[in-house]
Amino acid sequence: MLNKKLYLNPDALNSRKVEQKHTRDGFGEGLLAAGGKDENIVVLTADLKDSTRVNLFADAYPKRFIEVGVAEQALASIASGMANYGKIPFISSYAIFSPGRNWEQIRTTIGIDGYPVKIIGAQAGLNIGHYGVTHQGLEDIALARVIPGMTVLVPLDYEEAKKATEQIAKLEGPVYMRLNRAVGPVITTSKTPFKIGNSEVLWSGKDPKVTIIGSGPILYEALLAAKELLKVSIDVMVVNCHTVKPLDELGIIRSAKTTGAVVTLEEHQVMGGLGSAISEVLSKNFPVPMEMLGVQDRYGQSGEVKELYEEYGLTKKDVIISVKKLLSRRGI
Amino acid sequence: MKYTIEDLESKAKEVRKDIIKMILKAKAGHPAGSLGMTDVFVALYFAILNYDLQKPDWEDRDRLILSAGHICPALYATMAHAGYFDHSHLWKFGDFGGMLQGHPHKGFLKELETTSGPLGSGLAQAAGIAYSAKMDDQRFRTYCITSDGEQQSGNHWEAVMFAGKNNLSNLTMIIDRNNIQIDGFTEDVMPLEPLADKYKAFNWSVIEIDGHNFEEIINAVNKARAIYENPTAIIARTIPGRGVDFMELNPGWHAKTPTKEQATKALKEIRNMQGSIKEYGE
Repeated sequence: MLNKKLYLNPDALNSRKVEQKHTRDGFGEGLLAAGGKDENIVVLTADLKDSTRVNLFADAYPKRFIEVGVAEQALASIASGMANYGKIPFISSYAIFSPGRNWEQIRTTIGIDGYPVKIIGAQAGLNIGHYGVTHQGLEDIALARVIPGMTVLVPLDYEEAKKATEQIAKLEGPVYMRLNRAVGPVITTSKTPFKIGNSEVLWSGKDPKVTIIGSGPILYEALLAAKELLKVSIDVMVVNCHTVKPLDELGIIRSAKTTGAVVTLEEHQVMGGLGSAISEVLSKNFPVPMEMLGVQDRYGQSGEVKELYEEYGLTKKDVIISVKKLLSRRGI
Repeated sequence: MKYTIEDLESKAKEVRKDIIKMILKAKAGHPAGSLGMTDVFVALYFAILNYDLQKPDWEDRDRLILSAGHICPALYATMAHAGYFDHSHLWKFGDFGGMLQGHPHKGFLKELETTSGPLGSGLAQAAGIAYSAKMDDQRFRTYCITSDGEQQSGNHWEAVMFAGKNNLSNLTMIIDRNNIQIDGFTEDVMPLEPLADKYKAFNWSVIEIDGHNFEEIINAVNKARAIYENPTAIIARTIPGRGVDFMELNPGWHAKTPTKEQATKALKEIRNMQGSIKEYGE
C-alpha cells in the first residue's frame, strides 16, 4: 500500500490518470523561488538555458544570470570564483558534460575547498531517447559521489525536484543534482515531506519480503511492480532514496533487516551508482541477497523511452523478475 | 611603508635564497618558475596589493589567484617576508600536517585565496571573483598569475573569452613567459606565439614587460588599473631559474631538486646578484 503518512498523489498508481511532469520544470520553478529569497544566488549555464529550465530565473533576475557558452570547464571554475567571493552559484548543463567533461575542475576548484556550488546535470539517464549514446549521462552519480563532501541528489519527480532545489540553495557545501529529460509521473505532492539525507518508504505490504530501493522517475516501475506483486500475494517495500550521498544508512539497514533482500533500481551504470552505494552499506552492516537493476556496463542508444527501458532491463517486469529471484534464493 | 626599487631588489634576493633552501629541505618543488617569478611576487606583495595582515579576509582586499600552483615556493616565501606567517614554516614546505602544502591548499593555509595546481583553472576562478566584484560595485582588483605552459589548456581560453566578453577591467593576469615547461621549451612542445596578438584578438589589453624589472612590473600594473575597457594581460618575460646561473633557461630545472652542492652554489650566486638586476633582462 502507498504510505499514507507521505501525502502521496492519490492517482500515483493509476498510470492512465497520473499527471506527467518534468523534474527539470520542478528544478526551474524551485530555482525561481529560491532566487527570490536569496540575492546571493546566481545562475550560470553553458548554452543550455531553456533545456535545463534556468530560463525562468534568467527572465526574472537577468543581472544574476550568466551565460558562459559551450565552456563547461570554465563554468565550474568561474562558479568556484563566484562562491569564493560569497555568491551561491547554480551551474546548469547536461550530466554528461557537468560533471562529465569538467570533473577535475569540479574536484579541484569546487570540491577541495567545499564551495557551495550547486551542479545541475540534466538529460541524465537513458530517458533522453532520440538523442542517443553521446548525450545519455549514465556515469554522473559515480563521478559525483566519489568527490569528498559532495551531496548527491536524484529527485523522484517534479514536486521533489522543486523541494530539493529550494533546500540545496540553503545547504552549505557543493551539491550535484541530476535531472531527467522525459516527463515522469507526479508521485509526491507539495505536502510530502522531503529532507536531504533521508529516504522514504513509498509503499509497503504488511509483511514485505523484499525491499526495492531506487531513485529518480524510474522508481515508478518499482511501484507498478509492487502493485502487481500484491495481486499474487507478494509483499514488498519500495524505498525512495533521493539522496545518494549522504546515504540514509540507518533507513537502508532497517529496511534490509525487515525484508531480508534488496533490489536496487537506477537509470545509471550499476558500477558506482546507487546500487553500489547501498551494497557498500549493507555488506558492512547487514549483508542480504541483492539484485542490481541498472545499465549493466553498456552504452546507451537512441529509441523511445519505453523501448530503452525494456532493452536495458529497467521495467516493472524486470523488477518483478528480480524480486522473484531473490525470493527463490531465500527459499521463500 | 613605501619601498624603493633597491629595497624590492634586496627583498627578492632574500626570497630567492629561501626558495632554494625550501626546495632543498623538501627534496621536491619547482625551482625554475619560482625563481623566475620572484620579482613579480615581491612587487605584488610589497608595492601593489592592498591587504591587511590583521584581517586577511578583509572584503576589500585585492585578490591574488595563483593559477600556476607549482611555483608556490615563491608565493610562500614572499608571504612569509610580508608577515603572513612565521618564517619557520618555510622549512616545513610539503611536510605532513604543515600549512605549506606541496601545492597551495586553502584548507591548510586560510590566507590563500584558492587551492591550485592543476593548470588552466585559475583564470576562470579569478574571472568569477572579478565578475562578482563588478556585480556588486566592489573596488578591489583581482590578479591572476598564470604560467606560459598553461596557455596551452583549452580550459584557460574558455576563461579568456569569458573575461573578454564581460570586459572585466578589474582583472589583471600576469603571464610568466619563461618559455619552458616540463617537457622542454614551450615553442617546441606547443607553440604559443604570437601570444600578445592572441589576447588582443580576445578583447584583452596587453602589456609586455621585463619580469625582472621592478619599475616595469609596477608601471604595467598601474597602467592596467587605468584601463576601463577590458581585462589586461601582462606578459612578463622572465628567466626561469633567475639568479642561479646553471638553472637559468634550462627546462631540466622545471621540477628538479638541487643537490646540497648545487644548492650551496645557487645560494652563493644569489648572494652575488645584488645590483645585477638590470644587466640580466637586457
